[in-house]
Amino acid sequence: MNAALFKPDETFRGDFSFRNSPQAIRRFPLPFPEDNYMYSVNIEPHLPGPAGSVTEFAFDVDEHYVAECREREIVLAEEPLRYQALPHMMSSQWDCLELIMESLARDYPAHFSLTKQGNRWRWINRPLELDQQFIFGDPASLPREPLDYITRQAQGDFVVMDQREGDLWAEAGMVTTQADWSLDFDVGMTFKEWHGPVPLAHEMQVFDRALKFLLNLRLGQPVRRLNWTMTIHPRLDTSPENYPKWGRDRAMVTPQNAGDLVHLRVELQGLWRLPRSNAIVFGIRCYLISLRELATVPKWARRVHRVLRDLHPALIDYKGLTRYREAAVAWLEPFDDGAPTSPGTAPE
Amino acid sequence: MSDSQTIAVEVVGIEQVTPLIKHFRLAPLGAAALPVFSGGSHIIVVMQGADRVHKNPYSLLSSPQALDTYEIGVRRMEESRGGSHFMHDRVVVGSRLEIAHPVNLFPLDKIARKHVLIAGGIGITPVLAQLEDLHGGSVPYELHYSVRSPEHAAFLQRLRGSEGARLNMYYDSEGQLIPFEPLLGSQPLGTHVYVCGPAGMINHVIATAQASGWPDSHIHWEQFSAPPVGDAFEVFLARTKISVHVPPDQSLLESIEAAGVEVPYLCRGGVCGFCQTRVLELDGDLVHNDHFLSEADKAKGKNIMPCVSRARCKRLVLDL
Repeated sequence: MNAALFKPDETFRGDFSFRNSPQAIRRFPLPFPEDNYMYSVNIEPHLPGPAGSVTEFAFDVDEHYVAECREREIVLAEEPLRYQALPHMMSSQWDCLELIMESLARDYPAHFSLTKQGNRWRWINRPLELDQQFIFGDPASLPREPLDYITRQAQGDFVVMDQREGDLWAEAGMVTTQADWSLDFDVGMTFKEWHGPVPLAHEMQVFDRALKFLLNLRLGQPVRRLNWTMTIHPRLDTSPENYPKWGRDRAMVTPQNAGDLVHLRVELQGLWRLPRSNAIVFGIRCYLISLRELATVPKWARRVHRVLRDLHPALIDYKGLTRYREAAVAWLEPFDDGAPTSPGTAPE
Repeated sequence: MSDSQTIAVEVVGIEQVTPLIKHFRLAPLGAAALPVFSGGSHIIVVMQGADRVHKNPYSLLSSPQALDTYEIGVRRMEESRGGSHFMHDRVVVGSRLEIAHPVNLFPLDKIARKHVLIAGGIGITPVLAQLEDLHGGSVPYELHYSVRSPEHAAFLQRLRGSEGARLNMYYDSEGQLIPFEPLLGSQPLGTHVYVCGPAGMINHVIATAQASGWPDSHIHWEQFSAPPVGDAFEVFLARTKISVHVPPDQSLLESIEAAGVEVPYLCRGGVCGFCQTRVLELDGDLVHNDHFLSEADKAKGKNIMPCVSRARCKRLVLDL
């Protein structure tokens, strides 16, 4: 990631100047390995992917890094409760800070550096022009709580889950780029309570299996999965709190403007066991791409057209696509010549 | 896990701390520090024996703050199939071993109002690391430690130094028994109890706590079973389509691994449920030795924990 490629001025609100460069389009994590979609427990080891891919490193830093950190500050200034941590989560906060700082410094040495002398740490974040010395384990030595401090310097949302009573409890987090759910509402909930609104998956026992898997998640062996929905405009903050600001956008979509308004929204979700706290951090990194950008890859245009056209009705409803799915399908239809798509998600 | 994810360590200290228990200090080969862990964690130690590989779980007893070495305590088991005898008789300072990353199946509850820790004999080992996590915190706790006789009181000096009046010692040889009924009957709401020790002690604590009205979520225990010996039997792996002979002194999991088939596992002690395997056919009885399956599930006979459980049969078919 070359520093010259950061686009610090792009926006995710107002004039929505966010765009993907041709390179960013080519590395977009398409979540559809086939021409149709249904839930699966699609969890895989979070191992390094090919060079340049979004899974090359533990945490992907891309051309939107500076702009996304700025967007987070805007949200937090308006709504401080987007960050929360219950008192017993302090050791997990330090675990998260360590994980993110060590990963970024190791994987992007041109942008981040971390030096340690015992518990005296120095953290340098060049893109955001930060140079912080602090004492690891002493919250008073940082300007904010450790999780708050470090997640303001990371792309994507983070939820930290305490493990007890054979369950996972969402009890700390930084959530400003979410697809219509609220940390303020969910904090303190168990794994299945938190996923309560998801249709079909409970009956398919997806959460029973996922929970059992996660309770045994091992240190040093993180896992990941992709999830997706769609969003009108490149708007990161589609929170229930701000529904009045974005809900009505969904009525604006026509077969003519869908290519620019409708965005595929993909979450690269990563899960790490944390060492001191035995908690699990759940990272939810959001990638946005407009249908017009997507259609620059012929295979993807065909495939997304078919997925949206044939989507299960309950998923259309749950993902909030009801009002504009037909317009999006109509916009994509001319790109689908009926030719078969090659297996896998690579752009060809 | 698979062995590619193990950490190479060297034994840098051995101390005979009681007639039956040896205390080992393990340092990483190479410069890197060992992984951070939380109190209650265990590691799997991989031992290359002459004719077999032993993989035994041992609790980490060292401080989670001290990552230059890991420390474990190993009790010589009378009916050992080799693991504890290997550690006692073959391992010397300078020996090299492989260990897996720590896993915590016996963590302290972070919202407890009080912790009551109960240990019997070698069961003190995970508690030693838990105590390190409790030092300096604001949550009250007390420790009840029972041993056969004073010479069997492993790590007593360390405990006296760090715990003071919070340490309550009980010697069988003096006729001293942990007073479970009054102890568990008089704790404030929000207290969690943790017990690690012999099966009889664990069962007694669980039964007493339940009879005193404790919710199950506040009762924690850990006991690693060594895989018991048993009759030899044959197992057929339906997916890999191979037959495996399980000799009397080798576990089902070890026999399957020796045949070159990988089975996912975590604790190898019948605790975590990770190696749970579906039973497809059986012409006899399963011998369940795990602490994971419910009695009802054990009776159904549809699943088995190959790390500690066996079969009395001529033919067993597993979904592997």
